[in-house]
Amino acid sequence: MNRTLYGNLIFELSKKGRKGYSLPHDYDRTHTTAELPQALRRKEAARLPECDELTVVRHYTNLSHNNFGVNDGFYPLGSCTMKYNPVINEEIAAMKAFAGLHPLQPADTCQGALEVYFNLQQSLAELAGLSEFTLNPCAGAHGELTGLMVIRAYHESRRDDARTKVLIPDSAHGTNPASAAVCGLEVVEVHSLADGTVDVDHLRELLADCGSQVAAMMMTNPNTLGIFEPRVLEITELVHAAGGLMYYDGANLNALLGECRPGDMGFDVMHINLHKTFSTPHGGGGPGSGPVGVRQGLESFLPTPRVVFHEEEKQFAVDAPEGALGSIGCFFGNFGVMLKAYAYILTLGRENVKNVGPLATLNANYIKERLRDDFLLPIQGLCKHEVVFDGLADKSTGVTTMDVAKRLLDYGYHAPTIYFPLLFHESLMIEPTENESKETIDAFIDVMHQIAAEAKSDPEMVKSAPHNTPIGRVDDVLAAKHPITTYWKSIEE
Amino acid sequence: MYKYFPHTEEDLKEMLATCGVNSVHDLFADVPEAARWKGDYQLPEALSEIDLRLFFEQLTHPVNAQQLICFAGAGCYDHYAPSVVQNLVQRSEFLTSYTPYQAEISQGTLHYIFEYQSMIAELTGLEISNASMYDGATATAEAALMAWANAKKATRVLVSETLDPKVRRVVETYAHYHGVPLKLIPAKNGAFDRNALDQELAEGGVAGVVMQQPNYYGVVEDYSGVADAVHEQKGLFILHANPSDLAILRTPGEWGADVAVGDGQSLGIPMTFGGPGVGFMACTEKLIRKLPGRIVGQTLDNRGQRAFVLTLQAREQHIRRQKATSNICSNQSLMALYVTIYLSVMGKQGLREVAEFSYAGAHSLCDKLLATGKCKLTFPGQPFFNEFCVDYDGDLDALLAECTECGYLAGVKVGEHTLMIAVTEQRTPEEIEELVDIIKEHKE
Repeated sequence: MNRTLYGNLIFELSKKGRKGYSLPHDYDRTHTTAELPQALRRKEAARLPECDELTVVRHYTNLSHNNFGVNDGFYPLGSCTMKYNPVINEEIAAMKAFAGLHPLQPADTCQGALEVYFNLQQSLAELAGLSEFTLNPCAGAHGELTGLMVIRAYHESRRDDARTKVLIPDSAHGTNPASAAVCGLEVVEVHSLADGTVDVDHLRELLADCGSQVAAMMMTNPNTLGIFEPRVLEITELVHAAGGLMYYDGANLNALLGECRPGDMGFDVMHINLHKTFSTPHGGGGPGSGPVGVRQGLESFLPTPRVVFHEEEKQFAVDAPEGALGSIGCFFGNFGVMLKAYAYILTLGRENVKNVGPLATLNANYIKERLRDDFLLPIQGLCKHEVVFDGLADKSTGVTTMDVAKRLLDYGYHAPTIYFPLLFHESLMIEPTENESKETIDAFIDVMHQIAAEAKSDPEMVKSAPHNTPIGRVDDVLAAKHPITTYWKSIEE
Repeated sequence: MYKYFPHTEEDLKEMLATCGVNSVHDLFADVPEAARWKGDYQLPEALSEIDLRLFFEQLTHPVNAQQLICFAGAGCYDHYAPSVVQNLVQRSEFLTSYTPYQAEISQGTLHYIFEYQSMIAELTGLEISNASMYDGATATAEAALMAWANAKKATRVLVSETLDPKVRRVVETYAHYHGVPLKLIPAKNGAFDRNALDQELAEGGVAGVVMQQPNYYGVVEDYSGVADAVHEQKGLFILHANPSDLAILRTPGEWGADVAVGDGQSLGIPMTFGGPGVGFMACTEKLIRKLPGRIVGQTLDNRGQRAFVLTLQAREQHIRRQKATSNICSNQSLMALYVTIYLSVMGKQGLREVAEFSYAGAHSLCDKLLATGKCKLTFPGQPFFNEFCVDYDGDLDALLAECTECGYLAGVKVGEHTLMIAVTEQRTPEEIEELVDIIKEHKE
């Protein structure tokens, strides 16, 4: 990463009359947009930049130097599963034969694409222990919403209209309650015990109180503290007995590849983040992909379009059956992302996929054991793919989790997830993934110890970190109090 | 050993010893026995990189993935993206980074999103843009929910029949589960029926009105007076637009829209079987705190430098949970980068030229099709941009099959006899001529 900030906006590099493109000269100019009535045309040309090609190339290349990706260094961002994004998968997703496909072209001219969709959903069903997946949702939160729609469509089909509540542990990701609200469901929080796992007694109370109104319970397992829910089988049984369905938030699925399947634990509906568990790049915030799987009996509620295989004709086809919950996108979701995930599964194969969860879990437990001297470990015992510390063990220095995170940036690491889960005041959540070597992890551990030592010897230096990054700490309050969200607003000032 | 797992036997031994266990499986001792997976996944064995490449080459053989000369649109357009776009977005610092929570090492992402927001605001003629959303359809659904949340005493949201039916279906799905009643404004000759709209508005209780420009059928509609009428009811006017055409067309802001949404796929993003694209959403300044999704703002760092940061996060799910403006978590960042770089190279003049090119091609093709005597305009007298509908006098399925046979995707069938055709700057005069010839020569 660059140490100095590349600060120009593309608009500031613009000069009237410059061009960065070329188009063919030869076309029929009989008609021009001047034919359109004046009232239908914009008054003034949009103030887009005017730049030559090299200026554009340098600008975005320089911007990239102010960024940090998995390819730049260790990215122990908890809950985000920042694994390696294999290079070959990018090449496959960019193949012209896929990139040039129109989503509405006849099914018999795009069997290859439909096959990728169909086989990927089948592979996910096998890995999840469920019956069928839709790959249409574009992201994890979109998948959650779609999964909850499946659940509502199921209850509607039985005319069980009283089921308007969804049980969500208080440790859940914020998207769980937000998705429930968008889906028109009322959120009821289930308490956690001191060790961060679901308070089953509280769950029993809630079910006794309003069980007939419960549409579903959403659960992340391992939970957001990286702990496997030891009473998961009892929980799914209780909710099923009350007539509710179990939703599995696949955010932490990586830990379980090779060891457990959500379907076997009694979950009815789930989503998977292909950009976490199946190695597709996060792209600075997207595109992701959030396939939703269901157990047998719920397939008919999945959103349209659906990709099906006709055994007799040996043909893949696009279908929009009756009874589906509706549509959550125009076409097939983020197909380009699916290609990468499918290539990843084929590269792993049955023999390697089963080592993903164990190795990710080993890396996390190793970090836990080696950092528990200097960092406060609030929950003892085994963790899964990630470990949560409650800040530095020595609270006397005044150095916070935020400071530790910012100091890590100086050493060339991305920060862990901080201040989540909310159960602890100084949460520092580390997820190493299975791709990281012992040397990488040892070097990170050394730096964490170094920072703990610095917190004692020179707390002010840690509290004012980062020092080696292109910019220092930013003024969040200024940004929110007086929002400037476009270049146009910034030049009015 | 395996290429994505760096653990040697020796590493494993040392790490397991540190953890106080004998095998990696012991790390799952807390998992109840009945929840353990003991089987063997029914998946193929691992492919080498060479075999993986061969596998996908076979899947993309012309028999399995036919590259048709594309005259189809309907929400996904075959525009050209200069090489620099694909090349720059593949830079791993962009590609392999996470959402820019750590501003100090994410200025690259935050900076281009700020540029993206500025460009979307300029194209739509509105003050504020979010950092992007999944796609045009979900952005439209979110806008409808935004209007519903914004209204004090509303009874419904109105949706024009000329809105893309695929988008409408997504809006209906979101609205159904969220509990928002919708009402359809019918169409007359391919444009919304103004009398029907006036009647609905006169009844009151309208939270918002959703319309499209150019509409699904390609017609450039006249929205004069709509915004004022909707605002009288304290509702929001939501306009779904094709951003590529906004180089020329009157902007949502100029029409008085409160919210503009749409898909940015036409701005430099390959079709890739329909995704990923990118949804954009822009609004007036007074709605900024009701906007869903991420927003990047300008601020200063502690060294006095201009810097960019995710802002107004109090609207979002990770802070507000069930009270958030939406459940959306990330944006569609890398796809917003496609758009930003595309608009930077095409610039002020290039985007207009693309629009002129596409407009001229579509009108030229339309003239030639009408001259065959086998087609007539579905919506006579209506202005269109680069997409239009014709009624074919005969068996449309048979005609389309023949076009496919000849390597042409002639358009999208939108009615028993109605074909919707889109033309972009990638279609050459020769291709236009040949398509017309195929249709002219086609024997029933």
